[in-house]
Amino acid sequence: MRVNCTVNGEKRQADDVWPGESLLYVLRERLGLPGSKNACEQGECGSCTVYLDGTPVCSCLVAAGQAEGRDVVTVEGLEFGRVQEAFLEAGAVQCGFCTPGLVVAVHDLLARNDKPSDPDIREALAGNLCRCTGYEKILDAVRLAAR
Amino acid sequence: MTTVDASVRAGIGTSPRRPDGTLKVKGEFAFSSDLWHEDMLWGATLRSPYPRARIRGIDLTAALALPGVHAVLTQRDVPGAKRYGLEIVDQPVLAIDEVRYQGEPVAIVAADHPETARRAAGHIAVDYLELPPVTDPEAGELLRRVPVRTGDPHATADVVVTGEYQVGMQDQAFLGPESGLAVPAEDGGVDLYVATQWLHVDRKQVAACLGLPEEKVRLSLAGVGGAFGAREDLSMQVHASLLALHTRRPVKMVYGREESFYGHVHRHPATLRYEHGATRAGDLVYVRARIVLDGGAYASSSTAVAANAATLGVGPYEVPNVDMEASVYYTNNPPCGAMRGFGAVQACFAYESQMDKLAAALGMTPVEVRIRNAMTAGSRMPTGQVVDGPAPVAALLARVRARPAPPPSTLDSRELPGGVSNTTHGEGVVRGVGYAIGIKNVAFSEGFDDYSTARVRLELIAGEPAVLVHTAAAEVGQGLVTVQAQIARTELGVERVTVATADTSVGSAGSSSASRQTYVTGGAVRAACQAVRATLLARVGGADLMGDKIVNAAGMVVADLAEALGDGPVEETVRWRHRPTYPIDPETGQGDAHVQYAFAAHRATVDVDVELGLVKVVEIATAQDVGKAVNPLAVVGQIQGGTAQGLGLALMEEVQVVDGVVRNPSFTDYLIPTILDVPPMAVDVLEMADPHAPYGLRGVGEPPTISSTPAIVAAVRAATGKALGRVPIRPEHITA
Repeated sequence: MRVNCTVNGEKRQADDVWPGESLLYVLRERLGLPGSKNACEQGECGSCTVYLDGTPVCSCLVAAGQAEGRDVVTVEGLEFGRVQEAFLEAGAVQCGFCTPGLVVAVHDLLARNDKPSDPDIREALAGNLCRCTGYEKILDAVRLAAR
Repeated sequence: MTTVDASVRAGIGTSPRRPDGTLKVKGEFAFSSDLWHEDMLWGATLRSPYPRARIRGIDLTAALALPGVHAVLTQRDVPGAKRYGLEIVDQPVLAIDEVRYQGEPVAIVAADHPETARRAAGHIAVDYLELPPVTDPEAGELLRRVPVRTGDPHATADVVVTGEYQVGMQDQAFLGPESGLAVPAEDGGVDLYVATQWLHVDRKQVAACLGLPEEKVRLSLAGVGGAFGAREDLSMQVHASLLALHTRRPVKMVYGREESFYGHVHRHPATLRYEHGATRAGDLVYVRARIVLDGGAYASSSTAVAANAATLGVGPYEVPNVDMEASVYYTNNPPCGAMRGFGAVQACFAYESQMDKLAAALGMTPVEVRIRNAMTAGSRMPTGQVVDGPAPVAALLARVRARPAPPPSTLDSRELPGGVSNTTHGEGVVRGVGYAIGIKNVAFSEGFDDYSTARVRLELIAGEPAVLVHTAAAEVGQGLVTVQAQIARTELGVERVTVATADTSVGSAGSSSASRQTYVTGGAVRAACQAVRATLLARVGGADLMGDKIVNAAGMVVADLAEALGDGPVEETVRWRHRPTYPIDPETGQGDAHVQYAFAAHRATVDVDVELGLVKVVEIATAQDVGKAVNPLAVVGQIQGGTAQGLGLALMEEVQVVDGVVRNPSFTDYLIPTILDVPPMAVDVLEMADPHAPYGLRGVGEPPTISSTPAIVAAVRAATGKALGRVPIRPEHITA
């Protein structure tokens, strides 16, 4: 099948999509946007988080066809700003596999709540697994970005 | 004598930003699962559903008939060695007549779409004859037994405590799945882009299995999404290469999460039986212990894991009489091998639980009994090896003890056991505090020739001095790329340093494991920089490099650095070794087996809902001696990340294996700590230089993983009064 959607502000079209493919697969393998990551492909780790019509979702849980006609923003489409800067400055990046999903999730958190408390941050990021950092530096990054 | 320029920006002891960080936050860093090649095919693996079975036949007809399928291969198609292995060559590339664990690769497929490849694998008809699996290690074949004996084996003591402890099977659970791209080359060889911990040991095994000379198998490190030991063994390397050579097309393989659980080794489950004897004053008299490790179906690094458990098995304490044995067995359970802490984790849970029991029997506090028996510089290990660097065991314990206690939790449900499940408003919640300390060897042991190679080039680029550092050392997230550049800046006083992509066009760096890379590859980079400096000085008759000036013995400037490089670049390649280690005696375990010892201490504070058995870790404080913090921010990152993995083992992480079958191969059912589970982690970093190590540094990565588990369990015991001899703790262990 063919899927049309807007990705990072551009109209995109993917052809020969097998109906079982996820939005994550289409982004990574058909549209040349591998920034969203494939860690669990089961909606548990948040590494594939993208905006779908402005709402953060696990793109692994969105069937490709569900993206038809909709607006997708991936980590590659976010303007480089205080969130990404703060991750670098705070040492919140180690292997970096969770980072794209976290950057999107933090971008969304700060858009909703520009002065989150620590419990707010923890609740907002509870769906993003990180295996390297123990999360302390990620909390530091969010606090820094919110400053 | 040469000076090291401490003033250069972003040298050692500072925390410059990671060179790969910007790409990572932008989603532009190429991980091994992100690779793409024109005309590439996708590989898939058919795995055994049974832990033990005989293969009576394999019919590929239906799989080959599927449109889009380009190859279906079995062990008959492996042109070289049919088996591989890190220490013992025992693991088939593809099953040969039998399968020994659930998930063992049986056949591989290449197709034009990953789903087509998976479906084709499903169309392969394998005729299995199921056999009863061996799942109890003590009923399995012995793989290695490591005794360590010193002093009087029949020593007696006034105060005796015994215990049996169990450690469940932990998974490394890196986020980036096993993956890579194999590209067939015109010379009949293969170029392999892969996430691994050690390119050269992969190359050696891949070349042998492909029947190719090593120079025709070229590996480059693709972006690595975490490792933690799980990438020491081969996964898809040979399979993708076989498919690529067979189809003459590039082949990409990416495991899904479930397959990843079958695609790498796990931490050895262990049963540990300990007896500690002490005087009434609290001095340890003896430790007797028997450690049983389940090695699973293939050897992997089991023999070294057993040696670690045995040689480090009494912990960082002075014990005059030791009778220790660690044994690892083959079973039909999933193969076990390297995971952060590597044998020291299992032992530490047991010996630290014993130290708490001993403290209780003596009427002492847990920290008192530990400090009383703490080893120091000059202490002798049960192997007879003298600890000839700093061993600040007592100081680390004192540091975590002295930290202010965390405040009582608020009644915000997010801070209580059960969290937003809203299971308590504070009723039934009891606080507990626990301590633990651990010991870990750094780098490879028992006489292994453990070296790293660095090539360093100093040249003018656009008129400015610049350094290129090239090693084969695997950056797995720990920050080794940053550290290599920092060392080059410090040694050569040049700020502009590039670290080349790791590949096999330079000599081996050894493994990114055993907390060794900053020590060993860091040592190699330093040595190569020193060689570059010496060559440069000889070129112009200088005696020292001072900033951008070369001076003679009298301190007179003889040349500018840029001038001296005008004649061309200076490049040196150095193979660098740490001091040698030695095998241990097979009967007594005596011998100087280890290069360096590292220590971390933890204090854990927990709130336990004793009615529901739910645990909220409130805080973990760590004190660790790192010798020299080459990159302080990365050091703290390692300590916090390692501590969190120990928390996982204490409270939630276990690969559940029933009759040889994994019951929870997903992140839905295998739980790793989330940001709600991990508490604030205060860190004290000590820098007590090891005179034998580059810059005095000490390996950092593993010690924090070792003692956080027993510290948390001790805190839960303090809150509940339960014995808790097994990790991970489950709610029913608390409520029972």
